[in-house]
Amino acid sequence: MTTTLATRPPAAAAPARRTGTRGGRVRRTLYWIATHALAVALSLMFIGPLVFVALTALMTDDQALTGELWPDSWNWGNFAEVFARSHLLGWLGNTFMYAGLGTLFMLLSSVPVAYAMARFRFRGRKLAFLAVITMMMLPPQVIAVPVYLIWARFELTGTLWPLILPMLLGDAFSIFLLRQFLITIPREYTEAARVDGCSDFWTLIRVILPMARPAIAAVALFQFFYCWNDYYGPLLYAQINEENWTLSLGLASFRALHSVQWNLTMAATLLVMAPVIIVFFFAQRVFIEGVTLTGVKG
Amino acid sequence: MSVTHAAAPPRARREGRKALLWMSPWLIGFAVFFVYPLVATAYFSFHRYDLFTLEFTGLDNYRYFFHDDRAWISIKNTLWLVVFMVPAQVLFGLAVAQLLTRLKAGAGFFRTVFYLPSLVPLVAGTVSFVFLMNPSGPLNQIIEFFGIAAPDWFGDKDWAKPGLTLLAMWGIGNTMMIFLAALLDVPKHLYEAAAIDGASGWRQFRSITLPMISPVLMFSTVTGVIYALQYFTQAMIASRVAAGVTDSPGSSFVPGYPEMSTLTLPQWLFHAGFRDFSMGYACVLALLLFAASMIFTLVLLRQFRAFTDDEGGNR
Repeated sequence: MTTTLATRPPAAAAPARRTGTRGGRVRRTLYWIATHALAVALSLMFIGPLVFVALTALMTDDQALTGELWPDSWNWGNFAEVFARSHLLGWLGNTFMYAGLGTLFMLLSSVPVAYAMARFRFRGRKLAFLAVITMMMLPPQVIAVPVYLIWARFELTGTLWPLILPMLLGDAFSIFLLRQFLITIPREYTEAARVDGCSDFWTLIRVILPMARPAIAAVALFQFFYCWNDYYGPLLYAQINEENWTLSLGLASFRALHSVQWNLTMAATLLVMAPVIIVFFFAQRVFIEGVTLTGVKG
Repeated sequence: MSVTHAAAPPRARREGRKALLWMSPWLIGFAVFFVYPLVATAYFSFHRYDLFTLEFTGLDNYRYFFHDDRAWISIKNTLWLVVFMVPAQVLFGLAVAQLLTRLKAGAGFFRTVFYLPSLVPLVAGTVSFVFLMNPSGPLNQIIEFFGIAAPDWFGDKDWAKPGLTLLAMWGIGNTMMIFLAALLDVPKHLYEAAAIDGASGWRQFRSITLPMISPVLMFSTVTGVIYALQYFTQAMIASRVAAGVTDSPGSSFVPGYPEMSTLTLPQWLFHAGFRDFSMGYACVLALLLFAASMIFTLVLLRQFRAFTDDEGGNR
């Protein structure tokens, strides 16, 4: 019987049981090797593209066209050339403005709204929550025409303000996520603050904010990254005005502007990716906790 | 508890007014960026509008829609994404999460590695993939190393959407994390009991894991479908970079290269409204997109309503 179990493909094997027999130990070892080998193979697939981008970014443009995988010479000057040939710093500044102000405005408006939704007892709070989800799921293209016309009336098309200013009126996804976290804070805390004579505002500042720090950090990071990565929004409003391009817009036209210079295109791509990857390594926990909050658990 | 109960009616009203005040920014946002645009979209759909002149044309835009081949192609492409890309993403995300739960060493490291690509900016990720999958690029080198004829991915109308699917599977991070949390929530003793009863790995997955994570599976699938309906950036960038064209207002570049195989409904809507300036017609497409996404949003709302009853209710 042990032999039949041992020959079974590792993927189908049940989680190792402590049988103590030698066959069991062999099977457990094989299972360990199989799962970890699979994980290593998958890692190569996930990381591989980034490695090839980095390697190509360092090639000469002739070599980048050949499809060779390893650079003959390491052309670190490619990065300098990207800066010289494009307005990368300008795009970076615009992206920072969009992401920074967008995140700040979102926090100012969404935290109180989520607090009210999670804490106050009023008729229609369930309806309000469902409305938040509906808005969160609305494809942005559905409302594009009328919203564009609003901003055209204010003569703000061609700038990034149509993307930043609405953040003052709350962001559905952030409200949703904050609310999901805030309802898990036991009512006793807020009730105690109320008994001590704390107003709602000060309860939010002194009691809720410190407890909700992980959730607030998560929505702030999500919002920042959303703005940083956003292409559709800037395409709609800022494409017509090169001065207000973001990194996404700039990168999207980079290859067409520099014909087939894949090495420079990859160098530019790498420069756009780098900040995001660096931030992720510092703030990994925040992300992972935040993503888990978006699940369906109540 | 009886005290709060006795004080309920006046306090409820007071809290109602307070909630209205606290939520007012979002209520304004909801009115300006949801209710008004939807009404206006419906209104414009009966008009010819090019930013300057507004002219009532009745059902002309709707009639045009039925003769607009590109609209139908874009709908077909969007449906392709729903039918193939979404299941690929969900199943792959679940499989990777399942693998992570089985790792005894380095689970945290692997989790980081698998999650990382989902943070790569969409434009940067797409440009990278178009390069990696170009006819003489690294991926095809590897494929040909094994003696298999490699396709011209983003240059071939039959392979462009599978290419985009690979890109989507690369950025599986969020789906994977949600599944991972759900899998780790399944009580261990259920598996132990099943193992004692001699249930195989597959049997355990079907009888324990699947039922336990079904709400999360449902959530991922439905949100995946809604995001597939909005699929825009990756397709737009892939077609532009592969074709080597810049896009600007008034340019004649029609997205969807090669041969409209990557033209999705949101792209065609965008093109109609903001490149051709047929804004009335774009609104017809917008209403269609709204209806499609609303069907799936309703499924999601039902699920959330079931949850808010116990936890978000007035308790």
